[in-house]
Amino acid sequence: MAMAALAAVRRCRVLLHGAVKSSFRGSPSQPRSYSAGRLSVQERIERKRQAALVGGGQKRIDAQHGRGKLTARERVALLLDPDSFVEYDAFVEHRCSDFGMEADHNKFPGDSVVTGQGRINGRLVYVFSQDFTVFGGSLSGAHAQKICKIMDQAMLVGAPVIGLNDSGGARIQEGVESLAGYADIFLRNVMASGVVPQISLIMGPCAGGAVYSPALTDFTFMVKDTSYLFITGPDVVKSVTNEDVTQEELGGAKTHTAVSGVAHKAFENDIDALLNLREFFNFLPLSNKDPSPVTECHDPSDRLVPGLDTLVPLESTKAYDMLDVIHSIVDERDFFEIMPNYAKNIVVGFARMNGRTVGIVGNQPKVASGCLDINSSVKGARFVRFCDAFNVPIITFVDVPGFLPGTAQEYGGIIRHGAKLLYAFAEATVPKITIITRKAYGGAYDVMSSKHLRGDVNYAWPSAEVAVMGAKGAVQIIFRGKNNQADAEAEYVEKFANPFPAAVRGFVDDIVVPSTTRRRICRDLEVLATKKQTNPWKKHANVPL
Amino acid sequence: NGSKWDLNLGLLVHRRVCYLLGSCHVVTTVFPSALFSFLSVQTFDKILIANRGEIACRVMKTCKKMGIKTVAVHSDVDANAVHVKMADEAVCVGPAPTSKSYLNMDAIMNAIRQTGAQAVHPGYGFLSENKEFAKRLAAEGVSFIGPDTHAIQAMGDKIESKLIAKAAKVNTIPGFDGVVKDADEAVRIANEIGYPVMIKASAGGGGKGMRIAWNDEETREGFRFSSQEAASSFGDDRLLIEKFIDNPRHIEIQVLADKHGNALWLNERECSIQRRNQKVVEEAPSTFLDPETRRAMGEQAVSLAKAVNYSSAGTVEFLVDSRKNFYFLEMNTRLQVEHPITECITGLDLVQQMIRIAKGFPLQHTQAEIPINGWAIESRVYAEDPYKSFGLPSIGRLSQYQEPLNLHNVRVDSGIEEGSDISIYYDPMISKLVTYGATRAEALKKMEDALDNYVIRGVTHNIPLLREIIVHPRFISGDISTKFLPEVYPEGFKGHQLTATGRKELLATAASLFVAAQLRAQKFLGDLRVSNTQQERRSWELCVELEKGVHMLGVSRSGATYTVEIDGDKLEVSSDWNLASPLLTVTLNGIHRTLQCLSRNAAGEISLQYLGTTFKLRVLSKLAAALSVHMPEKVPEDTSSILRSPMPGTVVAVSVKAGDTVAEGQEICVIEAMKMQNSMTAAKTAKVRSVHCKPGETVGEGDLLVELE
Repeated sequence: MAMAALAAVRRCRVLLHGAVKSSFRGSPSQPRSYSAGRLSVQERIERKRQAALVGGGQKRIDAQHGRGKLTARERVALLLDPDSFVEYDAFVEHRCSDFGMEADHNKFPGDSVVTGQGRINGRLVYVFSQDFTVFGGSLSGAHAQKICKIMDQAMLVGAPVIGLNDSGGARIQEGVESLAGYADIFLRNVMASGVVPQISLIMGPCAGGAVYSPALTDFTFMVKDTSYLFITGPDVVKSVTNEDVTQEELGGAKTHTAVSGVAHKAFENDIDALLNLREFFNFLPLSNKDPSPVTECHDPSDRLVPGLDTLVPLESTKAYDMLDVIHSIVDERDFFEIMPNYAKNIVVGFARMNGRTVGIVGNQPKVASGCLDINSSVKGARFVRFCDAFNVPIITFVDVPGFLPGTAQEYGGIIRHGAKLLYAFAEATVPKITIITRKAYGGAYDVMSSKHLRGDVNYAWPSAEVAVMGAKGAVQIIFRGKNNQADAEAEYVEKFANPFPAAVRGFVDDIVVPSTTRRRICRDLEVLATKKQTNPWKKHANVPL
Repeated sequence: NGSKWDLNLGLLVHRRVCYLLGSCHVVTTVFPSALFSFLSVQTFDKILIANRGEIACRVMKTCKKMGIKTVAVHSDVDANAVHVKMADEAVCVGPAPTSKSYLNMDAIMNAIRQTGAQAVHPGYGFLSENKEFAKRLAAEGVSFIGPDTHAIQAMGDKIESKLIAKAAKVNTIPGFDGVVKDADEAVRIANEIGYPVMIKASAGGGGKGMRIAWNDEETREGFRFSSQEAASSFGDDRLLIEKFIDNPRHIEIQVLADKHGNALWLNERECSIQRRNQKVVEEAPSTFLDPETRRAMGEQAVSLAKAVNYSSAGTVEFLVDSRKNFYFLEMNTRLQVEHPITECITGLDLVQQMIRIAKGFPLQHTQAEIPINGWAIESRVYAEDPYKSFGLPSIGRLSQYQEPLNLHNVRVDSGIEEGSDISIYYDPMISKLVTYGATRAEALKKMEDALDNYVIRGVTHNIPLLREIIVHPRFISGDISTKFLPEVYPEGFKGHQLTATGRKELLATAASLFVAAQLRAQKFLGDLRVSNTQQERRSWELCVELEKGVHMLGVSRSGATYTVEIDGDKLEVSSDWNLASPLLTVTLNGIHRTLQCLSRNAAGEISLQYLGTTFKLRVLSKLAAALSVHMPEKVPEDTSSILRSPMPGTVVAVSVKAGDTVAEGQEICVIEAMKMQNSMTAAKTAKVRSVHCKPGETVGEGDLLVELE
């Protein structure tokens, strides 16, 4: 597969290389005899700096704009606070001397990536932004080295890394050095995982081996219509499997946010994406040593939400929108949903409670009855693990009829994948608050941050039903072959379709009036802010992958 | 006790106005005598309110003040409704459709027996003018809080009521007093009356079965259409013909009559602002009537009431032409929707009066004691889209809802609350917003404030239209007729048209809000890792898009005040910049305004409700704006016309058929999966092209269910 991947990348690379040769006239086109001592060094510094600022030159910048994309530097400028960017390695050049690459006109100060650190709303972040105008943003040894440098520093000081990906792939001319560069980055992605938040924003092509860096980061966002992620492009797909598929269908934003689950969200265009990324960044702690951030909040923590008292329909077969619950409880109805178009039967995302960032997980009764299936389990598990790694308290809203039955699910390994969500909730040591809004049936009840998995505060709304299964199914088993099923069902409903069986056993801490939920959660979070809990020492755990 | 009340009436009237407008807690402590009057007579122990929504709540409020226990009836979907919570007891009378619940007489009679209610208040609509219902109540010895069956029947038939009115010396529209046999007779009568004429159904109402004819040919055509429509709508194809009054006003007189032959007129209500024959804005008194006309109308209304031995509250509707000629239209034998404005200017509680009268008490007042104190305006706030034919119903859940009760002299009659559903089953009225002032100008100004402070989220509402009507020069000058809306907005309502100043106010507010949000985003509490070296910004260069125009703005900040420069002008914007509140109260160059921020996102898009209308703006930094020229134009993909099954399941119900028009958010079909019913709704308002599923069918994920046009 790696060979196929490279083949795809190579094809792409050769084309680009050809283009570079035919059209590019090196930007430092001045005479190159620098012998006039100190002054000329100043001059050379200035000239190199200027050259670094225009990347591949105006023509390529215009071409980049023509594709509806911004340049690497424009992106950095939009992402960071004004005047906060501090660039590293603007003078680094590639070291390839084959295929004419050693020629001056093939050298670009800074090579095909812009790196450095800066601030988003005053908070430190490390950034690399691949420059498509220089060799199509292809990854050279030097390019990789620049990225590794900022990642190393981000780890040292404990600050997130944001990658703005726009690269044709490996620098073919450099061969194995380019591959080594990828591996160096992958290793750092893995080392940084769980230490500092890592975010990838795909803003152009990202193919072949290059896709694994975003895949290793915590969040992958995409820009609609101008970004692609795939192992092999449509040409190779055609030659290997004889499938006809477009770039967009194979690896566009829609595919990855709705079908594959590779990307967490897509934005309309570069500007929209970068502005949203700033907003998203404000939710994140800077590192695993930092607490969940608290921003100034104008929404009263004791605000009652009267609408919640009537939200859950009287008939248990009727759906409602869990997003209505979430929006009305969190600060200012501000909810940054992660993977809003994938496995919609579970809702995950970030919000704030009294200013403090929290992770929200909720079953969505509106979609597939809110059941847990393979995709929703994996989606939920990954999100819960991020929150736990970075000290973000988890609030779980439960209305789950169970795991989805059927051959498709069993053959797909629902047992293995469902275990991931169970594992993630059980392992998490951050504050965990759970609200059972309605159904909490069967194994899915256990999974959804139950008291038994060390839930700190578990509430039930009066509409909660904690049971092994729904009344009909239960009665069919308990009273198999007996008449009077209707009476039995009524008895079961009376006994189990309410919060009492769980409450009398202490499996929920209290039965709360829904309208007071926000107030309760805000108070609990304040109490739990000093929670300390550690899992037994281990080299690392063995999550059922 | 009654006499004591009468003596104090002059003094109390003003207090009672406050009482009806404000919160009762304040008034009852300050003026205990006001409450005293409610408790002073023994009427009923328990009343069942055979209605829902705001009017049920309205009736219960008075019952509670009078110490009467209340019984609500409700359909199953209304089990959590406000009127149910408010009542002492509640009985479910059937499923959602009104014919099976609120119109279900058997179920309601059962509810009465079950709860032992002694009387029934029918509200308006539903069974309020149903003589059958009144009869059944009488048969079981339960009081009907309204007129007797004779009056209901007499006034319910247009032909009969006109004959009675004529006999009672009430001005009637020149026309033929009887049923028109055929088209030839229609033409002959039309020529006798003189064109234009109106052909209408005898049993009609709400504009159905009504045609205007300007010549013989149109008369024949109108006769045919109206009789067909009347037959299908009312099951009664009898028609009548009368003179058509061009450009009329709709002014009605509130009457109050007891069972002892006494009757009063409680002044008029001006209800000319209508769309499709439904009232939108009402006021009392009318700017148009002089005291003589008012008295003449009042006296005729009373004489009509007496002619049918009317008791209880009733309304006599008149058409008034430009020369103040008035003609009897019809009499409504119930409490009207717009009764609160009469209460405001007279100080009477009409529901209390109705209850007293029903118990057999004589009227408490004489005609001389009925005042006109100040001015009251009522806006009917509907869940509907005013940009479509002045209002097409919309449905949804009130995700946020806040009535402007923080303002003085504002009364809101509503039967919903935050979280309530506005469903397709019932009237889409959200509330009646009533403001009061010593003068009309004061009441109107208060209405502006009240509409600006009214927070409704989750459903489309008609506040944009209401807010425009009350500030329109023709409305302010009182130059109105029932054709006001189509005349003022011949191309349909398009929302508030910004003036140059208004545009600047809006731009400045949006820019300031943007900056306030940007600054807040940098405030991390207790975080030692936020940059100390970074200077706090004091000035911004912003680019704001509004209605396809792009404006460069300079913003500078000093404390909570922002100075915004637009095209050489400077605007000072100050506010508390509370980013959580749905209301945005700002002072713009010293002028106080309340806007509402409907949405705000990271990409700089801001929706602001300004003077009632929602405007979409986009605020970008200068850099982002400069770079946005490179962003590709995108045509939004339309996937809203195809509805696919999101999961495998069974189709439980299909609520539409090909050719139906569905509203956005309306249920199209229900899919059951995992023992859960999932309601599939329309993503837009459109006609149904084809339906590909039927109840009982099993569907797979992604199967086509319904196509819209």
